[in-house]
Amino acid sequence: MPSRSGTRRKASRRAILKSALAGIATLAAPPVLGQAKAHVIVIGGGFAGATCARRLKAADGTIAVTLVEPNARFTACPFSNAVIAGLRPIEAQYFGYDGVKQAGVDIAGQIVVAIEAEARQVHFADGARLDYQRLVLAPGIDIRFDALPGYDQTAAEIMPHAWKAGAQTLLLRRQLEAMADGGVVVLSAPANPFRCPPGPYERASLIAYYLKTKKPRSKLILLDAKDTFSKQRLFEAAWKTLYPGLIEWVPLSGGGRVIEIDAKTRTLVTEFGSHLADVANVIPPQRAGAVAIAAGVADQTGWCPIDPHTFESKLVPNIHVIGDAAIAGAMPKSAFAANAQAKVCADMIASLIRGEDPREVKLINTCYSLVAPDYGISVAGVYAPRDGLLTEIKEAGGVSPLEAPAAQREAEATYAQAWFQTITREVFG
Amino acid sequence: MTRALINTPKQAQQGEVIEIRAMIAHVMETGHRRDAQGAAVPRNIIHRFQCLYDDVEIFAADFYPAMAANPFIAFSTVATTSGVLTFAWTDDQGTIQRATAEITVV
Repeated sequence: MPSRSGTRRKASRRAILKSALAGIATLAAPPVLGQAKAHVIVIGGGFAGATCARRLKAADGTIAVTLVEPNARFTACPFSNAVIAGLRPIEAQYFGYDGVKQAGVDIAGQIVVAIEAEARQVHFADGARLDYQRLVLAPGIDIRFDALPGYDQTAAEIMPHAWKAGAQTLLLRRQLEAMADGGVVVLSAPANPFRCPPGPYERASLIAYYLKTKKPRSKLILLDAKDTFSKQRLFEAAWKTLYPGLIEWVPLSGGGRVIEIDAKTRTLVTEFGSHLADVANVIPPQRAGAVAIAAGVADQTGWCPIDPHTFESKLVPNIHVIGDAAIAGAMPKSAFAANAQAKVCADMIASLIRGEDPREVKLINTCYSLVAPDYGISVAGVYAPRDGLLTEIKEAGGVSPLEAPAAQREAEATYAQAWFQTITREVFG
Repeated sequence: MTRALINTPKQAQQGEVIEIRAMIAHVMETGHRRDAQGAAVPRNIIHRFQCLYDDVEIFAADFYPAMAANPFIAFSTVATTSGVLTFAWTDDQGTIQRATAEITVV
C-alpha cells in the first residue's frame, strides 16, 4: 500500500514537468475535442480498487482511469489460512495487473505522498502530480502497532500477525513447521471491527487441522477480545467434532482479552493471566490504510465514514472510500464485500460524472470459511442504504445449517474454491 | 452461578499500591426487555460487589441495569499485610459468588 511520508515534496514546476515528460506523461488525462476527459484515480490495487478501476472503464469507456499501486503483484488474503496450514502454495495467492491494464486502466506503480483534496490532486513520491475529478481510496487495512503494548514491527517478526498476506503468512507457516509435536500455539483475536470477521476462527480451525494430522500432541489456545464471533455455533460444533480437546477458545468474559505482548519470551498477557507460546499469532487491532489517514477521510475510530449510496467520504468531497477501510455499517470487511462495494461505487461515479441520477442498488456479501480442507461453512447477507448506513436486510441472508451431512460441508468447501477462482478471475484475470 | 476471575499480585512490598482486577460472567439482565412471547424478562443483575482485605472492606460498588454483561472491575489498594482478599458478587436472585486470593507482603 502507498505509504505516507507526511511531508509534501517541494518541487519546482520545472522539475514536475521534467519528470512528467520522463515517463508519466500518459497518466495525465489528455484533452478530448477541447473538453477535458473525466479522470478518476483509484488508489490501492486489492479486491476493492482493482474491481472499481475495471468497472469504471466498463461503465463508461470515455472515463480515463488510473489505478495507483506500487506493488507489481497482489497477494490475496482469502485462502491464505490454507497456506499457513500447508494446504496450498503461496503462489496460488499471487495476482498481477495485466488483466486490469488490458481492460483499459492505466497502472501507476507509484507511492502516494499526499492528497490535495481542494486542488483534486494526488502527489507521488517521485514528484509527479495527477489531477482527478473523482478519487477512490481502497487502501485496505494497516496494523495498529500503537494499540497493543509490546506489539510493534519488531515483535511482529517474532509473533507474526499474518493479517496481510505475504511474508507474514510464510513466517507463520515456517514457525508452525519448526514447532515440535506437543507445542502450544496461541492465537489472539481483536475486538470489532477488523478485517475478515470469521478469519481468526478459520485460521484456528486450519492450524488445528495441521496439528491434528502432523503434530497431534499439540494444543491451540485462541484468546479473544470478544464474547461472540461470526459463524460461532458452526465453528464451535465443528471444533467439537473434528478437533476435540485441541482448540481452547477463551472469550472476553473468560479473561481472553490480550493487553500486552512480550516478544522476548513469546508471552501474551491477558487481564487475568499470561500465556507462553511456542508459536504465537497475534492478530492486533487495525485501522484504515495510511493513505486514508493522510487524505483526512478517516475519523477518530481510524476508519472512514461514507455515504452508503455513493461511498463518497462524509469528511472530504469527491473522495470515495471502498473495501476494508470504509465504515460500511453492517457489511463485514471481506473481499466479497469489497468487490460488491467497488462495483456500486464505480457505477455511481460514472452516473455522477454523466450528471445522471444514480439508481438504488443492494449489495451482497458471502463469506466461506474452511474448518477443514473438505469442510466448508458460509454466511451470506444482503445490504441496502438505510438511515445513512448500510443495513442488513432481514430474512435475506443466512448461514449454513447447524446440522448437515458431510456431503454438504464438502460441497461448501468446493464452493469456497470456486468463489475464489471466480472473483480473482473477474478482478485480475 | 458462573466463573469469576480475579487478578492480584501474589507478592508486594509493604505500602506498595497494587492493582486488583475482577470479572464475573453474568447476563446482567436489565428487566427492561421482553421475550419472544412479549412477556417481561425479570431483572437479574449483580447489584453489589464487595472486596475484603482480611475482613476489612476496602472496595465496594453498587451496580445498576446500565452495566453490561460480564462486569469487569479494576481498582487499586495499598498492600499492608500478608493476608487474604475476599471478593463477593451478589445478584438479584440472591446468589452470592465468592472468590479469594492470598497476598504475601514483604
